[in-house]
Amino acid sequence: MQLARVIGTVVATVKNDSLEGRKLLVVQTVDRNLEASGKPMVAIDSVGAGVGELVFWCRGKEASFPFKREDTPTDCTIVGIVDSEQHVTR
Amino acid sequence: MIIARILGTVVSTQKDERLHGKKLLIVRPINVDGSDTTGYVVAVDTVGAGYHERVLVVAGSSARLAQGLKDVPVDAAIVGVIDTVDVN
Repeated sequence: MQLARVIGTVVATVKNDSLEGRKLLVVQTVDRNLEASGKPMVAIDSVGAGVGELVFWCRGKEASFPFKREDTPTDCTIVGIVDSEQHVTR
Repeated sequence: MIIARILGTVVSTQKDERLHGKKLLIVRPINVDGSDTTGYVVAVDTVGAGYHERVLVVAGSSARLAQGLKDVPVDAAIVGVIDTVDVN
């Protein structure tokens, strides 16, 4: 899992049926100093995150596990919201 | 998932039987501002996307979870056509 900042939203009306109703957010991975590093990606939200929040996300096949009962095609899912930036010990 | 733009199509007659009837497209990953990056991926289309559209591409084994791709040998699938990307 990695820390990331939610920096935007994506709207896609036409999508695979198994993505129906899922919220798509743009996340920017951050380094240990909470500064942007790497390219932004599109993630599915499983926890109700919003733009500007610090979150952690997982990639790969495991990213579909939060939606386990229904197979959801995602390789990037937000699985937690960091309570406050003071909670990130550097 | 990544944002990509459709560059072209691939025609393949001799392929795994589970890929029969699947549309193969060449896509190029792009940045959130719409600018091109380098490289390309061949992805299976599940939404009926067309030339030059911006699409969502899911990669890796999760691609098989898309409806219609169960047990199909793919590692990249187009799962959405993007209307807007809003980045602050």
